[in-house]
Amino acid sequence: MLALNETWYLVLAAMIFTIGAVGLLTRKNPLVMFMCVELMLNAVNLTFVTFSKALDDIAGQAIVFFVMVVAAAEVVVGLGIIVAIMRRRQGANADDISLMRG
Amino acid sequence: MRVEMFTFLLTAAICLAGSAGVVLLRNPVHNALSLVATLFGVAVLFIQQGAYFLAAIQVIVYAGAIVILFLFVIMLLGVDKAEGLDRDPILGQRPAAIAAAVAILGLSLTALLSVGSRVTGQASTLAAIDGSEPNINALAKVLFTDYVFAFEITSVLLTVAVVGAVVLSRKAGSAIDVAEFPEGTTADLLQAKHDAAAVEEDVPEEVATEDETPEGEAETTEEALR
Repeated sequence: MLALNETWYLVLAAMIFTIGAVGLLTRKNPLVMFMCVELMLNAVNLTFVTFSKALDDIAGQAIVFFVMVVAAAEVVVGLGIIVAIMRRRQGANADDISLMRG
Repeated sequence: MRVEMFTFLLTAAICLAGSAGVVLLRNPVHNALSLVATLFGVAVLFIQQGAYFLAAIQVIVYAGAIVILFLFVIMLLGVDKAEGLDRDPILGQRPAAIAAAVAILGLSLTALLSVGSRVTGQASTLAAIDGSEPNINALAKVLFTDYVFAFEITSVLLTVAVVGAVVLSRKAGSAIDVAEFPEGTTADLLQAKHDAAAVEEDVPEEVATEDETPEGEAETTEEALR
């Protein structure tokens, strides 16, 4: 049986990151796009923790802590923006918001 | 070792299924619930690698707070209906996305698997996880010494985020209703309200018949309070 080493975790994180990226590129509902960003952030967090264990360094976990704080702040502001947009235009999706299109 | 492998494979399946659900399901509520599955899976993987504090934070902050926030907004906006599958505004957006996915995954897998099964780089000498102290102690030590400045900056960031959310969610142009916030302490206001209610209650008490129900009394009190 194959031994469980850090490569397994890194491959899993790469897969989750890719799925999140595809969702971000294809979905149109801004809320779902936000969830895909969360998926990508989580994949990166998993990578950080894996390297933290592999290199025996707690700093990787400290950085994950900061990523979580930034993600929380980002979600608060982002959802505020989405609510403000949706109030003006019911059922708007990401393609409708094209005021600044060149 | 076999148990670890089993745990990893099970959790990886949950993570991948959850993230596929986030992308593929059409109802935003289902997307949010799939996201919870993925976040829990990642928390389990954190525990498996000894990051106990981060696993707890992952469940509390991500699965608890952030997903609930998502659900709140979904319910608030009433967007919990299926997304229209009309044409892409950009020609060939989906094929391009698939191509980008293949590129990202292919490149990262190549980079990962070409180096073999060991991580390159120097092992830490200053902040080693040698098991001599609990995970929380080690993390706190490094947070409040090496990263204390960044830690303080995050508090500013959170304050800015809260102020930004308040500014964004207020209706533009509506002034604050001053009558809603009269002067005086809360105790004074409650006492004044209570006195007014008592004065008005005296009048209907005298004409009230004996078979008055408690509901009637409650209604009178409510009217007096208004």
